[in-house]
Amino acid sequence: MSPLRLTGLTKRYAGTAVVDGLDLEIAPGRCHGLLGPNGAGKTTTLRLALGLIEADAGEIALLGHPMPCGAALARRKVGVVPQADSLDPDFSVRENLLTYGRYFGIPKAELERRIPALLEFAGLAGKAEALAPSLSGGMKRRLTLARALINDPRLLILDEPTTGLDPQARHLVWRGLRRLIAQGKTLLLTTHFMEEAERLCDRISIIDHGRIIAEGSPRGLIETHIEPHVVEVFGEGIAGLHNWADRHCDRWEQAGESLFCYTHDHLALTAELDRMGSPRYLHRPASLEDVFLKLTGRDLRD
Amino acid sequence: MGWLAVWQRNFRVWKKLAGPSILGNLADPLLYMLGLGYGLGQFLGEVQGVPYLTFLAAGTLAYSVMNSATFETLYSAFSRMHVQKTWEAILNTPLTLNDVLMGEWLWAASKSLLSGVAILVVIWALGLYEDFALSLLLLPVILLTGLCFSGMGLMVNAKSPNYDFFLYYFTLVITPMILLAGVFYPTNALPAWLAVVADWLPLTHAIQLARPLVLGQLPEAAFWHGSVLLAYGVAGYAIGLRWTRRRLLR
Repeated sequence: MSPLRLTGLTKRYAGTAVVDGLDLEIAPGRCHGLLGPNGAGKTTTLRLALGLIEADAGEIALLGHPMPCGAALARRKVGVVPQADSLDPDFSVRENLLTYGRYFGIPKAELERRIPALLEFAGLAGKAEALAPSLSGGMKRRLTLARALINDPRLLILDEPTTGLDPQARHLVWRGLRRLIAQGKTLLLTTHFMEEAERLCDRISIIDHGRIIAEGSPRGLIETHIEPHVVEVFGEGIAGLHNWADRHCDRWEQAGESLFCYTHDHLALTAELDRMGSPRYLHRPASLEDVFLKLTGRDLRD
Repeated sequence: MGWLAVWQRNFRVWKKLAGPSILGNLADPLLYMLGLGYGLGQFLGEVQGVPYLTFLAAGTLAYSVMNSATFETLYSAFSRMHVQKTWEAILNTPLTLNDVLMGEWLWAASKSLLSGVAILVVIWALGLYEDFALSLLLLPVILLTGLCFSGMGLMVNAKSPNYDFFLYYFTLVITPMILLAGVFYPTNALPAWLAVVADWLPLTHAIQLARPLVLGQLPEAAFWHGSVLLAYGVAGYAIGLRWTRRRLLR
């Protein structure tokens, strides 16, 4: 059974569809990434999936329960890591876990039994009595992750789990998430870090304007949607290279002072650039970010 | 019973700061009661046949319950809802918004019960009551008053963009209520048109229950006054729930 299935999901605000006929089915025991620019409808989709808001159309099955009417039942076995810090500032690390566990109706003795392993998992074993506001940003995020695991969920929903963290802290969160995937938990995460999606997710849905515009494995998306090589050419003279690019690249884009050349044959292209001797360039394999930018455009979303 | 976990969460936080909290709840009304009661009482002599301090006791009790319930559902609940995102975290668990607000409502009522009982203990200690058994009936009055103002407070909280907004409620509702509802002087001292306004204020009804009980009489129309308090509380809660749903879950 799919832990989450969304069919024709639609949500409108003031006549504008923020989620617009969205279909999504996530596979058990996998990590599914929801990628999209700001305002694409990621967070709204998660809130709909959790039964927090009502859809205008479409169907939602969360762990087999229709939403929102089955919300209380389904959410017993779902863990949520929200985007904003919502730890209890008056409580210690341990009290945060204990209090949150009580919202699931889990007896105190059972919670006391679960907490040491969760602290260990979050790398907070020595911090049990520390007050939440005294923790670093990375520790807070790991505590939020531990808190989401207090009910031993089958599905973990994470809304931008590493936004605002430094690289060290981010890697530590990723390590935790990989352990959970290895334990067989299903993860659904939104992110706009391509690297995060590429490293963690088996399957990725790219969402824009409330719709899934592409779906597949990270590698599959790159293979399907984009040429395998990118040569970025920098410099002031690149505006004069458009004709040249038409001849030598499969596809190209100019963004500011960079020309992005997409090609199957990077050797020929770089040889050509070397022969011209002028511009600086960088060759790299195509990444998920290239797919993302191709599909959602380079315009700023605010 | 989901609300109980929310109530317990607030209780656990309160326990950490119980000392200053009780002191704060008690000191302010007590200073007013004793300061005005003894000081002003010198000039006033008897009001409605009893020393001014005794007259003031019931009003102080009612308004300190009102204050406690109002502060809890305005400033404290707003912190949990808006600043700390505590409610949002809870809504990701099996609990519903109704559980959250019910927990907050009953918590604020419990806290104001404690405020009221603290004043009641002072009333007992200073011998400001006539009949001990009747003074025990102040307990349900305190509870109803707490539910009334907690419910109304949740309604105000739901519409508030920031802490400053609460000043409107205090300046336009709470302070006039304290002056009109008969805390400091009997409402029959008011001009007729103001007395009509006072009749609509929930605090008036709380005092019309509390004052006779302090003075050793059974209140007249007790059922009516109690119903008004409960009606304000339940209506405030229901509207507060609706507005909060619109605020958080849309």
